[in-house]
Parts: sequence; C-alpha cells; structure tokens
Amino acid sequence: MTDLTSLTLAEARDGLAKKSFTSLELTDAHLAAMERARALNAYVLETPERARAMASEADARIAKGEGGRLNGLPLGIKDLFATEGVRTTACSKILGDFKPPYESTVTSQLWRDGAVMLGKLNNDEFAMGSSNETSCFGPVINPWRRAGSDTKLVPGGSSGGSASAVAAGLCLGATATDTGGSIRQPAAFTGTVGIKPTYGRCSRWGIVAFASSLDQAGPIARTVRDTAILMRSMAGHDPKDTTSVDRPVPDYEAAIGKSVKGMKIGIPREYRLDGMPAEIEKLWAQGADWLKAAGAELVEVSLPHTKYALPAYYIVAPAEASSNLARYDGVRYGMRVEGRNIVEMYENTRAKGFGAEVRRRIMIGTYVLSAGYYDAYYLRAQKVRTLIKKDFEDCYAAGINAILTPATPSAAFGIGEKTGADPIEMYLNDIFTVTVNMAGLPGIAVPAGKDAQGLPLGLQLIGRPFDEETLVSLGEVIEQAAGRFTPERWW
Amino acid sequence: MSVDATTVRRIAHLARIAVDDAEVPALQGELNAILAFVEQLQEVNVDGVEPMTSVTPMEMKKRADVVNDGEIADKIVANAPVTEDHFFLVPKVVE
Repeated sequence: MTDLTSLTLAEARDGLAKKSFTSLELTDAHLAAMERARALNAYVLETPERARAMASEADARIAKGEGGRLNGLPLGIKDLFATEGVRTTACSKILGDFKPPYESTVTSQLWRDGAVMLGKLNNDEFAMGSSNETSCFGPVINPWRRAGSDTKLVPGGSSGGSASAVAAGLCLGATATDTGGSIRQPAAFTGTVGIKPTYGRCSRWGIVAFASSLDQAGPIARTVRDTAILMRSMAGHDPKDTTSVDRPVPDYEAAIGKSVKGMKIGIPREYRLDGMPAEIEKLWAQGADWLKAAGAELVEVSLPHTKYALPAYYIVAPAEASSNLARYDGVRYGMRVEGRNIVEMYENTRAKGFGAEVRRRIMIGTYVLSAGYYDAYYLRAQKVRTLIKKDFEDCYAAGINAILTPATPSAAFGIGEKTGADPIEMYLNDIFTVTVNMAGLPGIAVPAGKDAQGLPLGLQLIGRPFDEETLVSLGEVIEQAAGRFTPERWW
Repeated sequence: MSVDATTVRRIAHLARIAVDDAEVPALQGELNAILAFVEQLQEVNVDGVEPMTSVTPMEMKKRADVVNDGEIADKIVANAPVTEDHFFLVPKVVE
C-alpha cells in the first residue's frame, strides 16, 4: 500500500470513496507519522483516542453509504480554535490548562462534514509572531532545510505548526488564522498552499481573538484543490459572529481548472522593494509569465499607500489586542499569580502569563489608545487604512480581477536569526501580506519555486472581496506550472 | 514621539502588567523602535479621510432580545483558578 500520509486530501477522499483504505487506517498512518515527527514540535497536543473514535464513526457512515464532504479525513487544528473539552491554549501560559466548554464554529463545521481531529497545532503565542518562536511550547521546526545544512529553520508564523504539519505529512490539511499574514507567510516558508478568505467569510466565534477587525480563519493544505475543499466546509454564515457575512458558500473546488483567459492581473509597482533578493524578483516574473501563458493579461498597477500598511497595522493590531487580551485577568480562566490586592494580582498574573512579544504589543496598544495619543496614532492609522483599502478598490474598479505579488521578502530563516533587539526586523516579514488584512480582502499563497539554497518560495494572489474562486483558478495555474514541493524526510 | 522610563511604567500599569525596574530600559528601547517605525504615518495626507470602522460594508445585525442560553454555571466556572459555590473568588476589594 502507498504511504497514506503522502496523499493529498482530495486523493484520500477519493480513496475512501473507493474503499481502497479505511479512515481508521488513514488516521493511524497519520498518528504514527506524528509520533515520528515530534522533533518538529508541530503538535502541542495529540488526540489519538479521539481521532480513532472519530475515524471509526466515519467508517461506519461510509459502510452505510453516508458521510459529509470531509468524511474520514484527518486534520490538524491550530491551538487558537476552541475545541470542546480539549485543551486550547493559544500557546500562551496564561490560558494554562483551559478546556473550552464549547466548540468554535469553524471546527464544528469540519466535524459536521465528517472530518477527524488529530490534535492541536503549535502557533505563535496569541498568533503574535512571524516565526512560531513566541509559543510557550517552544518553536516549531520547518521540515525544509537548506541544501547541505542541518541548521534548524522556522516554519513562519503564526500558523507555523499548521504549515509544518501539512508539509511534513502529519495531517491532510490544517486550520489556520491570518491577522497580518499568519496563513500565507508560513505556507510560503513550507511549500504549502494557504488561503486567507475575505473578512467575514469564516466565523470568528470560538477562535481566540487577537485583532478582531483583521483576524480571519482559513486552511493550509498541500494543494490548491485541497484548500478549496476545506474552504467550503470552513466558510459560512454564523449568527454568533456579527461580522460573519450571510451569503451562500460556493463550491470552491469547481473553480479548479476554470479558464483564466482574459483575466486582468495587476502587478503592483510598489511591491518592487529596494534590495529585494533577485530570486524573489525572478519568481514574481516567472509567475506572471505562467499566468500570461494561460491567457491572462498582465497590467502594471499602483497601490500608492502600500508602504504605510505595515506601520498602520502596528497601531491597529496592538490596539485591538490590548483590548481583547484584557480578559486574561486571573479570575475566570487560566493561571493566577497572587498579589497583595486585586490590582497586584492582575499585574502579576499578566506579567507571568504573557510572553515578551505579547506584553510588548499590549503595551504599544495601550499607549496608542491612551488619552492624548489616540488621535495622533489610532485615529490616523484608521484613516490610512481607509486609503489602503481605496487603493485596491480603484484597481478593481479599473477591471483588475486579481493582483500578483511575492508572498514573502525571503525564504525561511534560521531559528533565533530575527529575534534581536529590534522587533521591526521580524515585522517586515509581513510586508507583502499585511495590506490584504488591512483591506479585508482574500489572498492565497502558492508555492512557485525554490531559492538558491533549495528552500521553497511562494507567490501571493490578492482577490476582489468574496472572490476566492478566482484565486483558486489562478492558484491552480501556478501550481500546475510550478509543480508541488515536498521536503525530504530527515526527522 | 518617544517614551521615557516613567511613561513605560505608566503604560505597564495601565495595561495591568507588572514590570521590574530592570526590564524598563529594554522595553523602552523596543517600544521606541516601534514608535519610530510608525512615525512615517505622519507624512500621509489624511485630510477629509474617514477613519475605517468596518472593513466589509455591513449592517450591524441584531438578534431577538430573548434568553437563548443559561443554566450552565458549572461550565462557566469550570476553568476558573479559584471558585466557591459557582462564584469566582478574587482578593478582597472592599474593606
């Protein structure tokens, strides 16, 4: 029998339908792979008993000729999603041993459609990071290594566990979340595909909040088709999230193989940064050529406020985070560190419970919202955000169907390489992805090539609001041309 | 704009995060690096621009004003560090 962990999600789905193997066999193969890959630190909690029980139920449904779209397919869940009765920590000490008494809407929809949960995946603490190094469970290791080197590389973040697990064959697909690039950047660093849907497409209910006006859930998987399959189950209206949009969920998979002939693809000149590595430039030009060969028309466009997206993000996101994270007070859940009075108890709990990056962002957020600074920082950043969104609206109004950019300014870097005294160095990782969150748009990262050291590089496509289908069609063109990227097993 | 050590301590207190004196210089440096980075927003002309309040145009949804939950006190206190009879316990606040 072929190695069941090397199948794509679509292949596994078809294999189950043809009864080539059972969900229990598929699940056991993944549980065994997870055990062998503990050195990657992708999972912070393995749930083998639950996985086997869910797989057996899925097999019983298959025997009866029943089962939903994801029936029997084993998935990994980012530890930011609340899973009923299963420890959910956002990879922060402050949540301790928190076991949610409820299930997030997105994961409940996966289980509704028959998927199997393998466990909870590592991420940057409260999703704040671009390398998965801020997790209280320690960093995730990228299954990719530079040619001829055993230096440990980061998988990107914050959905580093999701990306690493998908790349290493430790699940068929994974849930992830994206506030400034947390799906697309790790996908690019690991040779996997990630979609950040339009804001409002997936319910945020039951997902640990970071910055509510930017957070959006989406899938990471090994192919564009697999992400399309997962999207259909994850998306949908939820009355429990007032920002969730009430519109029908399309069959994203049907967009695979659809012609892109005549589509206008924007190439934004502001994304051509000074000092951008030549191989990223080359990859970008190559991607444009592939789309052109498929019949698309390439158009140079301008998004004049691009350079202000990252600084505006580092006001808006910490401001929202400082408010969202006020709930961790040592009273209702998680850890408590005693003090002489209640304020000291709060202060001690939050000092001990939050890691350095989270404390830093809460403090920046507190500062920009404080009396006397609100207008200069927060209000101005929200105005700049309006301008960033308008840049995209102008492009789309001129007939552009989607925009092609690099996904990241570099390939994966080494652990500890960007954790120096200047936090900005790490923040710059999200320079190409953060605009998309600021404008609430959908974006996809697709692996498109390798750098000189043999590490995967990704391209990003940015779409019109709620037009994830076009991204799927275009992403498929890139995937067909570039091929798939699988790391060699060393773990 | 930049912050001094006193401001760092004030922000930390507003954020309810205890900060050791020894931590202040490093925090001050990091916060100032971020504030220097966001300073470039000052060069953008935002005259007459509305601040963004909702990234996707949508009406605020309202649900019917009815009880749709409840009788789950056990679940609500299940994760709390200190409880008694379905109450969260905190240090004494009123003498």
